[in-house]
Amino acid sequence: MNDHHHATTYVPKSAFAKWFESRLPIAGLIHSSFVAFPVPRNLNYFWTFGGVLFVMLVLQIVTGVILAMHYTPEATKAFDSVEHIMRNVNYGWLLRYLHANGASMFFVAVYIHIFRNLYYGSYKAPREVLYILGVIIYLLMMATAFLGYTLPWGQMSFWGATVITNILAAIPVVGDAIQSLLWGGYSVGNPTLNRFFSLHYLLPFMIVGVVILHVWALHVPGNNNPAGIDIQSGRDAVPFHPYMTVKDGFSLVVFLIFFAWWVFYMPNYLGHADNYIPANPAVTPAHIVPEWYFLPFYAILRAIPDKLGGVIAMFGSIVVLALVPWLDTSKVRSAVYRPIYKQFFWIWVVVCVILGWLGAKPAEGGYVIAARIATAYYFAHFLVIMPLIGFFEKPKPLPRSIVDSVLGPGASRIPVGAAAAPQAKG
Amino acid sequence: MGKTMTRAALLALLAAGVGMSEPAFPAGETPVPPQLKWSWQGPFGTYDRAQLQRGFQVYREVCQACHGIQRVAFRNLAEPGGPEFTRGQVQALAAEYKIKDGPNDSGEMFERPARPADRFPWNFPNEQAAAAANGGKAPPDLSLMAKARTFERGFPWFVWDALRQYSENGADYLTALLVGYKDAPQGVTVPAGGFYNEYYPGHIIAMPPPLSDGQVTYAKGADGQPAVPETVAQYARDVTAFLAWTAEPHLEARKRLGFVVILFLIGLTALMYFTKKKVWADVGGEIEDRPGVKTV
Amino acid sequence: MADAVVSTAEPTRRDFLYLATTAAVGVGAAATVWPLVGAMAPDADTVAAGAPVELDLTPIAEGQIVKVFWRGKLIFVRHRTEAEIKAAQDVNLDALRDPQPDSARVKEGHADWLVVYGNCTHLGCVPLGNSGEYNGWFCPCHGSVFDTSGRIRQGPAPINLPIPPYTFVSDTKIRIGESGATA
Repeated sequence: MNDHHHATTYVPKSAFAKWFESRLPIAGLIHSSFVAFPVPRNLNYFWTFGGVLFVMLVLQIVTGVILAMHYTPEATKAFDSVEHIMRNVNYGWLLRYLHANGASMFFVAVYIHIFRNLYYGSYKAPREVLYILGVIIYLLMMATAFLGYTLPWGQMSFWGATVITNILAAIPVVGDAIQSLLWGGYSVGNPTLNRFFSLHYLLPFMIVGVVILHVWALHVPGNNNPAGIDIQSGRDAVPFHPYMTVKDGFSLVVFLIFFAWWVFYMPNYLGHADNYIPANPAVTPAHIVPEWYFLPFYAILRAIPDKLGGVIAMFGSIVVLALVPWLDTSKVRSAVYRPIYKQFFWIWVVVCVILGWLGAKPAEGGYVIAARIATAYYFAHFLVIMPLIGFFEKPKPLPRSIVDSVLGPGASRIPVGAAAAPQAKG
Repeated sequence: MGKTMTRAALLALLAAGVGMSEPAFPAGETPVPPQLKWSWQGPFGTYDRAQLQRGFQVYREVCQACHGIQRVAFRNLAEPGGPEFTRGQVQALAAEYKIKDGPNDSGEMFERPARPADRFPWNFPNEQAAAAANGGKAPPDLSLMAKARTFERGFPWFVWDALRQYSENGADYLTALLVGYKDAPQGVTVPAGGFYNEYYPGHIIAMPPPLSDGQVTYAKGADGQPAVPETVAQYARDVTAFLAWTAEPHLEARKRLGFVVILFLIGLTALMYFTKKKVWADVGGEIEDRPGVKTV
Repeated sequence: MADAVVSTAEPTRRDFLYLATTAAVGVGAAATVWPLVGAMAPDADTVAAGAPVELDLTPIAEGQIVKVFWRGKLIFVRHRTEAEIKAAQDVNLDALRDPQPDSARVKEGHADWLVVYGNCTHLGCVPLGNSGEYNGWFCPCHGSVFDTSGRIRQGPAPINLPIPPYTFVSDTKIRIGESGATA
């Protein structure tokens, strides 16, 4: 598919560029990946979040590297060093609020990215590997966020670390070993904080690595699109630059306004007040609640009355995501042409939100029952509903081409050469 | 279709935040503290210097006997965005406090007058000593208290709060707590060493009522009267304001910079929008929104 | 063609728009770098901690060199002997790499006290006291030789050991970190 509309290929202009390109063809690689790369012309704004995520990743790494210059990963000093950053370091308050709220914004963007994927069937062949790499990035993000949350060594940091490491102890046979390796002692303590800091610094660079693979895997089949059909001619596509760069840029700036709102005006709103109390192993906060982006998984964990069962369900809820390309039996990608799947997709989104709400509620009474029902539905969506819909659903007719989906049927009959002409007049 | 998904996604996003600001305490039957007006609310909020100075006076004359503000340095009191005492005032103030320093050349620890660079010392050498002197419970440090306490607002208020920038729940709680001492209602027995407080979770608090009317004498104005009444309610608000500052000393700089940043981003959004229009005009404009064309 | 007409009709407007957007993005990026770099400058605590330190001179015997720290920097306080003072004063200034009379390197009336930064001006090693050809300091790293006034006499160091700001509070006490304008 790539072959028939590489509008331009990179031609080095200067003598130096020629000399360099023949030795390391990186400019050509960048050119074909981010300049000439053909993108379906019908992508909507939900397709701009990959770019937003990339910028957020860079921002988190940059602010994190500078915060690490001032942070002390030692149990008696960690909390003080964070307060030192907040009070004494030049712009320290800004960096820390950017980093802490940046994690939340990262998850906002990634959830939009994931929901977009599931709605438009972007996980389907030939993009299964691309999709699974995405699930891996998501897992790494969750690990990084959890590790990072323990670093200020406040009450929520400490007790969050305690609860999560106890979850891992439920794993049969190796659980205790894993737990003691994570703790580096007999409970969450200074060695735990040290290694969590080390890993928190390491994982983002592993994310960068998987992101490179993710982008590579994207550039083999190219983007899916709202119509869910492949590019068939040059008229279906636009080059990445300047069309997508400027569109991604616009989306990014709007996203940054949303981000800035939290950072500058409500920097502690997404966090927990308890984390401004230094860690105290003798007192547990009244409610141990994870950050909002973990709440649905926390609800699933608590819905199962058995410790191991809860852990299996929680990890299973992510593993099942990785299986989606094979659980979905439909031949049609986009929910736009799948009237029944579309309904169930939104029910599933609502169930995820309900799970998130339940994750923030105490695990008692009606909340537990509700969490069980929602958990059951979550899994049923993937394991039962998705495979069945593929067999019974009658999809709407697909447009013949992307141009047709944009301009109405018959557009593809316009001679190919007219693509560059302004469509408003054509 | 694009629009439907946008709308649904926004709703989902809002709803996803349910319970994101969990309470530091269970709500239980504790009443929600009333929301007060604070000078530092909103995008252009600033601290009221006079109020911070009064609040510091209340802290010094009342709270300091038991509670520390060990994260605050004397020099902070003279820095912009705070009470803004003069450097001379801070120098003189610091000299009234003793700091344990050392060891000196003969290996002894010694006491010296505090310098502006020093942090406020606590009246107790350590937590255990503080607990022993206060009926078994050490009075917590107050530096971060205004951010370390909150209360649950619940759905749907937290959405509304995010939009109107309500983040003064800690301050509202502190003031409510300070004025919340009451006689225990019938049927509630207050254990020895405890006091009944309407707003304290569980209602039984170890701290005796700290404030009383006329306890702190504020500076008199030109008319021979203090600018504000010398009442418990006023003391509570003033000291809360001071603690809001100790918890978030760079709040003013933050909000100022935020305004510039958001203004700049809005301008950039406009530029980006028109640039995108121009770029996409070459391929027929905004494809999704083409009039008369049925989009997917 | 229609598009050709459109694009030639308003090339300046379009160019201006692209230019303005690019410039705005550039300004935003530069403004983002500012706090990131700023955060690496000395923080408020470090700056405030650079308060002057006082040193009692009574226990320092003649010929003895004492090391003290101010702002994390090493400072030598040397109680010079008569011979050392004379050696420092009887020098042909023209022969010096960094000509400076001894009187400019001590406080008036306190020629027996030399206060200098303790790091070699070459690459920052700590020179050894009472050694070297001039019996001042000798830097073991790269062989710089300083005299009893802390002036560079031989070796790679380009300038004399600098004098920190200090003042005599009394005849037996100095305060380092405060220049002695009023002393």
